[in-house]
Amino acid sequence: MEKFIQLTVSGLTNGMVYALVALGFVIIYKASDVINFAQGELLLFGAYLAFAFIAQFGLPWTLGVLLTLVVAVGIGVLVERLILRPLIGEPIISMIMATIGLSSVLRGIVNAIWTPVPRAFPEFIPRTDLYLGPAVVGADRLIAIGIAIVLLVLFTLFFRYTREGIAMRAIADDQQAALSMGISVKRVFAVAWGIAAITAAVAGIILANIVGVSGNISLIGLRVFPVVILGGLDSIPGAIIGGAFIGLLEAYTGGYIGQGLELVVPFIVLMIVLMVKPYGLFGKEIIERV
Amino acid sequence: MLELNNIEVVYNDIILVLKGLSMKVDEGQIVALLGANGAGKTTTLKAISGLLKPDDGEVTDGAILFMGEPIHNKEAEEIVRLGIFQVMEGRRVFEHLTVEENLLAGAYTRRDRENIRRDMRRVYEYFPRLAERRHQKAGYLSGGEQQMLAIGRALMARPRLMLLDEPSLGLAPLLVREIFDIIQRINEEEGTTILLVEQNAVLALNVADYGYIMEGGRIVLEGTSDVLKENEDVKEFYLGLTEIGQRKSYREVKHYKRRKRWLS
Ligand SMILES: Nc1ncnc2c1ncn2[C@@H]1O[C@H](COP(=O)(O)OP(=O)(O)OP(=O)(O)O)[C@@H](O)[C@H]1O
Ligand SMILES: [Mg+2]
Repeated sequence: MEKFIQLTVSGLTNGMVYALVALGFVIIYKASDVINFAQGELLLFGAYLAFAFIAQFGLPWTLGVLLTLVVAVGIGVLVERLILRPLIGEPIISMIMATIGLSSVLRGIVNAIWTPVPRAFPEFIPRTDLYLGPAVVGADRLIAIGIAIVLLVLFTLFFRYTREGIAMRAIADDQQAALSMGISVKRVFAVAWGIAAITAAVAGIILANIVGVSGNISLIGLRVFPVVILGGLDSIPGAIIGGAFIGLLEAYTGGYIGQGLELVVPFIVLMIVLMVKPYGLFGKEIIERV
Repeated sequence: MLELNNIEVVYNDIILVLKGLSMKVDEGQIVALLGANGAGKTTTLKAISGLLKPDDGEVTDGAILFMGEPIHNKEAEEIVRLGIFQVMEGRRVFEHLTVEENLLAGAYTRRDRENIRRDMRRVYEYFPRLAERRHQKAGYLSGGEQQMLAIGRALMARPRLMLLDEPSLGLAPLLVREIFDIIQRINEEEGTTILLVEQNAVLALNVADYGYIMEGGRIVLEGTSDVLKENEDVKEFYLGLTEIGQRKSYREVKHYKRRKRWLS
């Protein structure tokens, strides 16, 4: 029981990090059909920004996190403006290649400024032990899960009810018709990249708070593929549930079976799911009227 | 209100589709733009609303003026804000959005948030069937309901000029009558000027004040609806009042007529 609770908490922590990174990925894919291979590097950059503001410049963590988010949005919007917008109308594959290029560039910048040596992250989320029933769990993990859930709920509401949220879903459905409503495709793309950068930065901060900062944390970008394929490339609830699912699955397999199987099992489950539901668990249904 | 002066439209830098087209729409009117498949009707509407770009089309010559202001170089979003709204051919509702969300998308450019609910009620008055299905995904509506939604969505933008591209396409005759009644009501009650593209000339000329007939990227004939309805060639080739199996082009007829005049 104790072990189960601990595994659940650590699985959910990872799962929520996956969900945040996947959310940004899904938003970009929905808005522009672009598969963003730089999602993990956005996370990396966000984590290092927070590290710089808090540990290196000595700012209070509230201000540091706030600045990180502001700069992250700026980077997201800038990337859209300078790299992707000029490619609008070009084949999607060019845009996808551009995101691969972007991932190397971001990684290069991080290495140049901070070197690849792992460092401790300023511990601003308290790490005190808490009792959850019989199990001892770190408060930092529970707080991380809480923050992620709040953020995911907020973005879900944003998509459901706000003007920009409806515009984003309209573009995902029919870009030219959305244009005819006066919806600005450029603006929506920029918002999509801004949101992707924010969620990735928050995920980066949460992750760095637990494992420290190093070049390796961007590897989480790769774990996002099983998540989004499982949930459905274009589904926001899919990203969240897929993230939690893969996070838990890894934790349970790692904890109860071990032997590195936790790296394989998600892919096996993924293949089984895809055999039954080819668009993922929550992928957009193709509407066909009779 | 709207003036097209000698416009040329080219797709993919080479395909010349509109070859010096001129027309005019006066405020408060319903103007019909008629013509066979491929005449360039849709292209004309997209040129006005700024929607040629995604199709790789471009206005290469001439001018489009709306309220005296040139708009042929403006972005679609700017043109919508100026008060022109196109209801695209084939309805193009957002299938995965609900009816209500589709209507809200139509109101995207509006600044007067507080009136949007009121206008939504108004749309539901015009189309009670949409009210019943307000929380249903638009992809599951019938073709007729989707056309209603497409027009309702346009109303939500409160445009001064509405461009309608073949609203009768694929609908049963009874439904077509219903939709055309509502188009007429929108014109009268909301004061919206309407440019109506149709293949169904009888229907269009019955509601329109003025009509243009286009062929091969040009206007070949224009006049008030009453005059057009009485025009022999229009009767023959667009109103289908004669028993000719094969459609001849209007220009051929004109040519033939001219010759006849010389002979007599
Ligand atoms: N994106 C495009 N690229 C190249 N040519 C095009 C494009 N769109 C339309 N055309 C051509 O332009 C001409 C006019 O097309 P348009 O769609 O304007 O005709 P239409 O009068 O609306 O016809 P319909 O009644 O069938 O809708 C056609 O010959 C068509 O092949
Ligand atoms: Mg057409």
